[in-house]
Amino acid sequence: MSARRIRISLEVNGEPVEAEVAPRQHLADFLRETLGLTGTHIGCEHGVCGACGVRLDGAVVRACLTLAAQADGGAVETIEGVSDSGEIADLQAAFEKRNALQCGYCTPAMLLSAQELLLENAAPSREEIRDHLSGNYCRCTGYHAIVDAVEETARQRRGGPA
Amino acid sequence: MTERTSPLSALDRPNSYIGRAVPRPNLGRLLEGRGQYVSDISLPRMAHVVFVRSPYAHARIVSIDAADARKGKGVVAVVTGAELANVCTPWVGVLTHLKGLKSPPQHAIAVDRACWVGEAVAAVVAASRAEAEDAAARVLVEYEELPVTADMDDALAAGAAPIHPDFGDNIAFERRLDVGEVDAAFAQADAVAEAEFVFARHTGVTLEARSIVADWNPGEQRLTVYQGTQAPHMMQNIIARHLGLAEAQVRVLCKDVGGSFGIKVHVYADDMATVALSKLLKRPVKHVADRVESFLTDIHARDHRCKGRVAVRKDGTILAFEIDDRTGIGPYSVYPRTSAIEANQVVNLVGGPYAVKNYRARARVAFQNKNVTCQYRAVGHPIACSVTEGLVDRAAAAIGMDPVEIRRRNLLPDDCYPAESAAGMKFEALSHHAALEKILAMMDYEALRAEQARLREQGVYRGVGIASFIEVTNPSAAFYGVGGARISSQDGAAVRLDASGAIVCQTSITEQGQGSEAIIAQVVATAVGAPLERVRVILGDTDNVPYGGGTWASRGAGIGGEAAWRAGRALRDNILSVAAAILQTEAAALDIAGGEIVDAEGHARIGLDEIARIAYFRPDTLPPDFQAELIATRHYAPRKFPFAFTNGVQAASIEVDVRTGFVKLLRHWVVEDCGRVINPQLVDEQIRGGVVQGLGAALFEHCRYDERGQMLNANMADYLVPMAGEMPDIEVAHVETPTQESELGAKGAGEAGTAGAAAAVANAVNDALAPFGAVISEIPLTPELVLRAIGAIS
Repeated sequence: MSARRIRISLEVNGEPVEAEVAPRQHLADFLRETLGLTGTHIGCEHGVCGACGVRLDGAVVRACLTLAAQADGGAVETIEGVSDSGEIADLQAAFEKRNALQCGYCTPAMLLSAQELLLENAAPSREEIRDHLSGNYCRCTGYHAIVDAVEETARQRRGGPA
Repeated sequence: MTERTSPLSALDRPNSYIGRAVPRPNLGRLLEGRGQYVSDISLPRMAHVVFVRSPYAHARIVSIDAADARKGKGVVAVVTGAELANVCTPWVGVLTHLKGLKSPPQHAIAVDRACWVGEAVAAVVAASRAEAEDAAARVLVEYEELPVTADMDDALAAGAAPIHPDFGDNIAFERRLDVGEVDAAFAQADAVAEAEFVFARHTGVTLEARSIVADWNPGEQRLTVYQGTQAPHMMQNIIARHLGLAEAQVRVLCKDVGGSFGIKVHVYADDMATVALSKLLKRPVKHVADRVESFLTDIHARDHRCKGRVAVRKDGTILAFEIDDRTGIGPYSVYPRTSAIEANQVVNLVGGPYAVKNYRARARVAFQNKNVTCQYRAVGHPIACSVTEGLVDRAAAAIGMDPVEIRRRNLLPDDCYPAESAAGMKFEALSHHAALEKILAMMDYEALRAEQARLREQGVYRGVGIASFIEVTNPSAAFYGVGGARISSQDGAAVRLDASGAIVCQTSITEQGQGSEAIIAQVVATAVGAPLERVRVILGDTDNVPYGGGTWASRGAGIGGEAAWRAGRALRDNILSVAAAILQTEAAALDIAGGEIVDAEGHARIGLDEIARIAYFRPDTLPPDFQAELIATRHYAPRKFPFAFTNGVQAASIEVDVRTGFVKLLRHWVVEDCGRVINPQLVDEQIRGGVVQGLGAALFEHCRYDERGQMLNANMADYLVPMAGEMPDIEVAHVETPTQESELGAKGAGEAGTAGAAAAVANAVNDALAPFGAVISEIPLTPELVLRAIGAIS
C-alpha cells in the first residue's frame, strides 16, 4: 500500500476539520475511527444496506461508497449533528413513541433518509414513505412502525395535533 | 393448576404498568447515535484480527507460508490453527438427549482440513483492520482439493463418501416417531394429499455483523469479552472451558446489539479464535465480520426438504399426518446448541394445532460441505407450519372444502386443555378457535373472497392464505440442560432500593432490541409500587447480574420477567417491613403506590426516598433488633411444562402478476396468544418484525450454492432481504390466555411472526394460482418458480 496521504479540509456537524487520510479510506471509517462519530454505522460496506447514510452538502449519501477524500471542501452532517441541533427532534420523538426501532442499528441513517423525504414532501403517502426508505434495510421492525412514525411527523409538521 | 393469589391483583391494580405501551428507556441513545455496539468499542493497544478463509468447500491444508505476510505494515502476528490449538481446545456440538447425534471436534481455526468455503485457516492480527486485510492477502496457503459433497441428498445417498471418514456415513442425526395407527388411517381416508416441500437455506442478516473485542489482562489474569451475544453466561462458561480458565476469570459484557434473531447465540470459531488470540498476544483483539464473512460464516438455517402426506375424510376430518424431512447442516453440528434441534422441532411441531392422533415422522440431518446451520428465529416452526398448513390446504382442496372450514373442524377445541399433540407436545391452554374467528373478522374473509372472485374475472389473480401455528416459548431445562449443556433455563433478578429511593434491577436476560429493559422495568415498577421513571435496569454483564440463560427462544418476558416480578414483590415486602418499623404499625396494613408508602385508605404516609434515607443513613433510629434489607434476589425456571406453548394464526392477501411471476403482498394479519401482554406495543412490534423475516423467507431469501459448495450470492445486492417498499402493513391482534405456571402469566412472542408468515403466503399464492391448476411447494416463491408453475416458461 502506498503511504501517500491526502490532506482534506471539511466541515463536520458545523465544526471545521483538517485531516490527512489514506486515499482508500471511506467516509464512514473516517467519521467513526478518526472523529469518533460512531453513530454512523457500517452494515455491508457495499452500498446496499444504507446503515452508513450521512448528509454531504445537504444530500444523504452512502458513507461507505464515499471516500473521505471526496468530502474535501464539503459539509458533512451525521446523526450526532442533527441530534444536537434539534433539527429532527420531532422525528426522533415520533420514532420513540411508536417504537419504530428495535436494535437501533439502522436508525441513525433511517432518520436521515426520512428527514430527507420530509424536507422535499410535506405530505407523503405511506407508499411514498416506503418507497423513499427502500434503501435502508431494517431487520427488526418490519417497517410498519417506521412508516407510522414518519407519517405522524409529517402530519404534525403540517400543523396537525400532536 | 396454580391458585391465583394476591400478587395477581397487583398486576391489575390502577397504577400497574402491566399491559401498558410505555416507551423503552433505552431508545434515546439509539435515536441519537449514542448507543455502544461492539463495533464501536476501541481499547488501548487494541489490535484487529482478519481471517484467511478457505476458498474451497473441502480441501486439505498442505502448507501455510506466512513469512511474507509477517513483513506487512502494522502486522502483530500471523497464527495458524495448529498454533492456536495450543491456546484453545476444540469442541464437539452434541447433546446427550438427542440420541445418536454425532459431530467431530471443531477447532477455532482449521488445523489440517477445511470443510466449507469460508472456514478460517489462519489469523492475521495487525494494528488496523485494513492492515490486517493487506497482510492476509500475502498469506500463502497451499491446498489439496478433496471431493465436495454439497447437496444434502447426495450426502444421504447410499454409498456416499463420508465427509468425516470415522463416522462411516453423513448422517449426523436421525429421529423417527410413529404414533397411533398411521397406515390404517391412510387406508380409511377418502382422500390423501401429498407434496414435497422445499425450504431454501437462508440466514439472519443482522445489520450489525458479529463483533467481539477480547481483552486478556495478564496482570489480573482476567479476560474481558465485549460481545453482541444473547447468552453472556453461556459464553463465559464456554470461553473459560476452552481457554483453560476458571469462569471467574472471564467477564462477558454485552452492550447494544445490532440485531440477533438467534444468529448471536452460538459459539463461532471466529469468536473463540479472537479470545484465544487475545490470550496469546496479551492485548485486546477485535474482530468484526465484514458482510462476505457474515454470509459465509454466520449460521444459516432451514435448508429442509420435507415430504408430507395427509389423510382426510370427506367430512373434513383429518386422520393422519406423515412426514419425511431431510436437512443439511454443513460439516459440523454447531456448539453447544447443536444443529439437530431444527429437524427435531419439525418432528415435534408438525400437525401440532390439530386434534389428529395418528402421526409418523422421520427426520434425517446430513453433513455436507456448506456453511453450518443452526438455530435462527422460530427454529423449525416455519417448516413445520408450512408443511402442516400446506397439507391442510391440499386436503381441503382434495375434498372441495373451504380452507377455513377444514381448520374449524380440526383445530384443537378451545375447551380441551390441558391437551397433548400426537408428537407428545403438552399444551397448558391454547386458543386456536378464538384466534381464527378473530382474524376472520379482522380481514373480513367473506369480502376478500368476493373481491377475489370479482377481480379474477378481470384477469387479476389474488389469493388468500391462512396458517394456524403453535409456538415454543419459555423453554425449561428440557431444551438444553438435560442434554448436558451448561445453558441455564432459569433466570435471576436482583432488585434494590438505592439510597435516593430509586429502584435498580439487575437481570440475567439480555437486550437486542426486543424491549427487555422496558418490560423488566414495567414488571419491577408494578411489583414494588414505584414510578416507572424511578426504575433502572442493568443487564448484559456477567460480573454484575445474577446467573441466567439470557434472551433466546422467547424466554425473556416469561422467565426473566417472572424472576423480576418475584424479586420486586420480595423487595416490596422488605420495604414495608422498614416502613412498618418507622411508622410503628403492621406491614400488612401498608402498601406502596406511586413511590409512596400508603395506608389502607390509600393515604401517603412516607416516600421511598425517606425510607431509603432512614435505612441507609439513620439506621440508629430504627428498633435495635431490626435490620433493613433493601435488596431482594429471586430466580425462576418453568417446571410444570417443558415449554409454554403459544398459538396463533396468520393470514395473507396477495396478488400474483401472471405475466412477470411477481408476488405482491397486499395485506397481512396476525392474531396470537402470548398469555399476559406486558407491553402491547412491544409485542405487536415483535410480531411484525418476525412476520417480515418470514416474508423474506417466503419471497426472497436464499443462500444459493453451486455443486462445488461455493456460495453464489454472498452479498446484499444478490441476497435479497425485505425492504420497506415490498412489505405490507401488518395488522396484529391478541387473545390472552395467561400461563397459570407463573404469577405474571406471560409467554413468549418472538417466534410467532416468523413461524407462520411463509405458510400463509405460500397458501395464498397457491390460492391465487388455482385457476392454472398450479401448486407450488417451494420457498422462496421467486418469479421464475411462479412462471414455471403456471407453464409460462419451461
